[in-house]
Amino acid sequence: MRVLRLVGVTWWLQLKMRSRSSFDGILSIVYPLFFATMIFFMYGQHGDQEALVAASVGAACMGVWSAVSTTASTTLQGERRQGTLELLVASPTSFPLTVVPATISMGTIGLWSLVVTLLWGRFAFGISISFAQPVVFVVAAVVLAFSLGLVGFLEAVASVRYRAAWAIGSLLEFPVWLICGFLVPLDALPDWVRPIAYLLPPTWGVAAVRDAALGGNAWPDIALCLVSGAAYAGIGWLLARRLVDSARMRATLALT
Amino acid sequence: MPVIEVEELRRTYSSRTGLRRSAKKDVEAVRGISFEVERGELFGLLGPNGAGKTTTIKMLITLLLPTSGRARVLGFDVVADAREVRRRIGYVFGGDKGLYERLSGLDNLRYFAELYGVAPKEQGPRISELLELVGLAGRERERVEGYSRGMRQRLHIARGLLHRPEVLFLDEPSIGIDPVGARELRETVAALVSTGTTVLLTTHYMFEADQLCDRIAVIAGGSIVAEGTPAQLKERVADGHVVEIEVYGDAGERIDAVRAIAGVTGVAVEEGATSQLLVVRTSAAAQVTPAVLGTLDGVRLGRVATREPTLEDAYIELVRDV
Repeated sequence: MRVLRLVGVTWWLQLKMRSRSSFDGILSIVYPLFFATMIFFMYGQHGDQEALVAASVGAACMGVWSAVSTTASTTLQGERRQGTLELLVASPTSFPLTVVPATISMGTIGLWSLVVTLLWGRFAFGISISFAQPVVFVVAAVVLAFSLGLVGFLEAVASVRYRAAWAIGSLLEFPVWLICGFLVPLDALPDWVRPIAYLLPPTWGVAAVRDAALGGNAWPDIALCLVSGAAYAGIGWLLARRLVDSARMRATLALT
Repeated sequence: MPVIEVEELRRTYSSRTGLRRSAKKDVEAVRGISFEVERGELFGLLGPNGAGKTTTIKMLITLLLPTSGRARVLGFDVVADAREVRRRIGYVFGGDKGLYERLSGLDNLRYFAELYGVAPKEQGPRISELLELVGLAGRERERVEGYSRGMRQRLHIARGLLHRPEVLFLDEPSIGIDPVGARELRETVAALVSTGTTVLLTTHYMFEADQLCDRIAVIAGGSIVAEGTPAQLKERVADGHVVEIEVYGDAGERIDAVRAIAGVTGVAVEEGATSQLLVVRTSAAAQVTPAVLGTLDGVRLGRVATREPTLEDAYIELVRDV
């Protein structure tokens, strides 16, 4: 019970913090919109309505990944800079429990981007999505945000030990868009890419959201997205203690 | 049983320079220090910048792993039983950092109350009580980014006390706050000690250490060079006097001449806005004032005074040659 409360309170406070900068807020919505707009133009040229709708759902999911991947790796660097990283480690709470809610809050912010991108597609480009299973769509979107938050947790944990690890996020943002089927169906990708894609929760999350929107069976993909996200969280959990101890050994918890 | 036990504690920082011909550089920040702090005691660690004070505190609060040696807090080993130590201690450091700027003071306290496992029902009353204690009641809903440095420092203190720690580590808590704030801080710390909280304090301010600490360890170059009550430390230089001479001109040129006078045990120059203060420590029997004034012939002088040594004099004497 205490853990649930802790996760809930931390998630809420982190969300509050991240929502308070109007600049950051606008950026997290506008930035993915630029990419989505390009996608809408590209697919619109072909006149393939089905592909355009599928791509617009994928484009909407891009913002969720962007919100997590770029901020997850910088979040602990930010904590380090403001002197709170040491306080988190010095508290009796297990360190992963302080980081997981923070990265899930990033996924939550990404959901705003998803909604805004869908609205942008609808009203600026006339892309109409019928949402065959609206409830399943909401569940799939929430699971996508949650699982990507867990991937972000693994990313964030790496930056505890390595001060320069914040750059990982920018490195991962575009490749994941490309190989996880956000814009291009997995079948269209080279064979060697697919096994990598299957190991990444965004692949299953995007497939689930797309299936829910377009009338497919989303539940297997929702389950796989959750399971793969949990696996990333598990790896992060195991690494966290080792990396925190390494940071305590090498004195990298503070900037000084 | 002592609340804090430190035995031969060492900490070496290693860094690497260069890419092709990588060279490892080791800096020994703490060199085998030992001390004990009893329950309810206010123990001060005094030392110049880079002496090893913060490194020592960070090892005791489990943020740094010692290179060798052993430390126990409330009977728990800081390496093997880190979580047990963390549950029972509070940590407050000075300066602007360590708070979530975009959150209110109240949200900062709520968050750390969760992290320290303060029971939900107890959180509200405890936070209100602490806001009253540190004088932030009524300002708690404002964002921290709008707080003054003094308010931030008071919020730090409240944060450190949320879970009623048995031992409180204060790392230069009064740095950068105004004299009124510093006095209030000293009163808060003294009140905590009177209720049985054990406090380990590091500070640069001799007056603060003199007024607050039951015992002091002077640390310099990573080693403890003296330990005792403030009175015992002052006794180390009590067999002499201090002559202070206000100088309008460059007193630095005359230091060697002053130092050569028989009976002079130490000379320092403190820079002022319009003048310099030449501080001359002398042995008890020596009457050096005329000779010192003689070396300053031709220099415009102001106030000349003789006084008893303070803790600061003892401190300077102790760390001077390290």
